Amino acid sequence: MTRLRPGPLALTLAALVAVFLLMPLVAVIPVSFTPTRFLSVPSGEWSLRHYRALVENPAWGQGLWLSVRIGLVASVVATTLATAFSLGLWMLRPRLAGVLMGLALVPMVAPPVVSALTLYFFLITLSQWNDVIAYDRWGGVALAHAIMVAPFAVVLVSVALAQLDRRIDLAARSMGAGLGTRIFRVVLPNIRFSVLTALFLTFVLSWEEIGVTLFITSVQAVTLPRLMWMGLRDNIDPAIAAISVVLIALVVLVLIGRSVWQLRRRGEAR
Amino acid sequence: MPPIARHALLLGPLLGLLALAYLIPFLGVMRWSVTLPEPGLGQYRTALTDPLVLSVLWRTLRICVIVTLISVVAAYLLALVWVRGGPWTQRLVELCILIPFWISVLTRAFGWLALLSNRGLVNSWLIALGVLDEPLTLVRNEFGVILGMVHLLIPFAVFPLATAIRAVDERVLLAARGMGASRARIFWQVFLPMTRPGILGAALLVFVFALGFFITPAILGGGRSVMAAELVYLRIFQSPDWGLGAAVSVILMAGVGLLLAATLRIVRGGAGR
Repeated sequence: MTRLRPGPLALTLAALVAVFLLMPLVAVIPVSFTPTRFLSVPSGEWSLRHYRALVENPAWGQGLWLSVRIGLVASVVATTLATAFSLGLWMLRPRLAGVLMGLALVPMVAPPVVSALTLYFFLITLSQWNDVIAYDRWGGVALAHAIMVAPFAVVLVSVALAQLDRRIDLAARSMGAGLGTRIFRVVLPNIRFSVLTALFLTFVLSWEEIGVTLFITSVQAVTLPRLMWMGLRDNIDPAIAAISVVLIALVVLVLIGRSVWQLRRRGEAR
Repeated sequence: MPPIARHALLLGPLLGLLALAYLIPFLGVMRWSVTLPEPGLGQYRTALTDPLVLSVLWRTLRICVIVTLISVVAAYLLALVWVRGGPWTQRLVELCILIPFWISVLTRAFGWLALLSNRGLVNSWLIALGVLDEPLTLVRNEFGVILGMVHLLIPFAVFPLATAIRAVDERVLLAARGMGASRARIFWQVFLPMTRPGILGAALLVFVFALGFFITPAILGGGRSVMAAELVYLRIFQSPDWGLGAAVSVILMAGVGLLLAATLRIVRGGAGR
């Protein structure tokens, strides 16, 4: 059966949209090589000073390390809680499952600024009693991030469970497997790929989180995005261009690699 | 293990954490909105009558409508080519959607600054070519905010639209062609109406997301084109009026809640028909 392909007009317009999407990402590259201390396009002389600044200024290394640490803790906590929750909905089928699911997704659908103010309220209240999970402490940021990214893990794991054949769990149960065995030996091995995806996605989301972070940190817990924000607000620091080029290159490499791998796998399958 | 213990073990931790760290603190924020600086609904009255706050709310709505329209049209074109193009076109479009999707808001906002600010690429080139004498102000205003928001929202609109486009039955299109309809007529009178639920869904999704944005408007608006969410940030951290910030948050949350309820209704109604 022949398919109607998009015509030249649709293709041209879509290409313009694609250019629009990639344009600002490409624009970062020349700016990162400027020799000046302010945002400008290098004319004639190109310089690596802003890349050197990333290595030499310890603030960038500290921010990076802090973001990695927060991202690891937040993604492990969020994925664990979200997986338990999704398993609970799938295996126990409680009454009001729809309402419970809705509740679990609130941090994802609420406007980010509302979540930010809410978590700010939560952490300054906690600060009165402890110094670890508190305002402007990395423990507090990790917990806040875990709450913000958990809904994404709930969605991923629940979708995987919805596609899983319920009968394998029923079979395990009828042969006398307890809850622990059913979860760890039967269900989880079947959805491990989705759980790992959730772990990865929640890490990336925490790694680049800025809306909530802006409200709950000031000078102690300066994550990488927070550091970028400070260099972006008033006088733009071209070091932001250098770090942006590094981050964009990372994403492009991973995505192109994945694309090539998929094409090759499809080729082998043929 | 008794059923109650199983429920508590699996469902309890996440729901407990959300209740403790999100739902109860949100009640606290609501309390701020009616107690700071003095008890009463004064802050809500201010939010709905004060010309400054009203102008911010009005601008938020206007920008969100414009951004939604542009994003949905652009995303529709992209989704169309993504779903119905040849294999190589599909790969390319996929990369164009996914690359920006995985890159942080900050990097993308900075990209627009690099492109459009006074010493950015566009102005440098136009001046070097002699088209301009003075740089054009392209960011730190509403234009910049709209560009930046459209850039963030297109990928989100593509996914629901692609689902709707994928669901179109090829035989209907072939039937239309068999009866002599031109390509344009097939698109406008057959294809587009069949994807209408997807368009509506994408528009609502984009609009709801746009309402809560504050990082992009804060960077690309440069304080001149403040939107509701940025107003909250400013009232909490820069010229403190916590009560007003909390009241605007509650209004935003209520607006998003109503819109989502309406969306669910439309989706369910559509499925029932």
